[in-house]
Amino acid sequence: MSTVFCLIAALTLAGALAAVLLRNTVHCALAVTLAFAGLALLFLRLDAQFAGFAQILIYIGAVAILVVFAILLTRGSEAPASGVFSRTWLAGLLIAAAVFAVLGWSVLQSVRALPFESAVPQVTVHDIGVALVGRYVLALEIVALLLTAATIGAVIVALHEKERAG
Amino acid sequence: MMGFASPLAAYLLVAAMLFSIGLAGALTRRNAILVLIGIELMLNAANLNFIAFWRYGPHPEALTGMMFAIFSIAVAAAEAAVGLGLVISIYRHAKTTDLDRINRMKG
Repeated sequence: MSTVFCLIAALTLAGALAAVLLRNTVHCALAVTLAFAGLALLFLRLDAQFAGFAQILIYIGAVAILVVFAILLTRGSEAPASGVFSRTWLAGLLIAAAVFAVLGWSVLQSVRALPFESAVPQVTVHDIGVALVGRYVLALEIVALLLTAATIGAVIVALHEKERAG
Repeated sequence: MMGFASPLAAYLLVAAMLFSIGLAGALTRRNAILVLIGIELMLNAANLNFIAFWRYGPHPEALTGMMFAIFSIAVAAAEAAVGLGLVISIYRHAKTTDLDRINRMKG
């Protein structure tokens, strides 16, 4: 693997680790933005330009901003005196380590069966658009319905208490 | 990571590490927003697997893995919106986002 891949992977994993370990919640949100940016770079290295730019637009542009707004609205940036980790943190850590052991073991066991470097796929945004309104049109409609329902649902859930108080 | 015969294995290992970090975050943090961030990291790790298998799989022109990743990004965005709306709603009720203290339904 190239040096560029190692640098991007290290950046992504460092961002993810910082998001999980830092005490200040706002710092965690900024660190997870770094991880999202690293993932977008990995997508671009995998010749998935559309997915890479969609990742930047949706995750860095929308989800990270949404997380920051939620932190500011809930005053969650103040670290509690009782610590930032749950009482059952050891069990959670053990479960995560076991999951990583199983995943890593299965990847390393199947290295020989995995395909080698293949030709760069020639996929344009035009192809993706044609596939979206052709073969995947039903899934596209369902996702459109889901996003509409999620938008309305999020607004209703977040507004509920104010309505009753007024 | 330099000695791998297949570049796909390196991407899969990075995705496995990212998934485990997200899982550890979701299971160990007290703040509900950071649990959601952990879940987002896990979804992103799955997306990385989809894209990596699409790139090195036998039929990239069929766009299957790419489409799955794009729909997965859309569903994750909907999940983030509803999840953060729920966190804000819970904060209004309980005045906290500490998951260890939101235990009203504990039997």
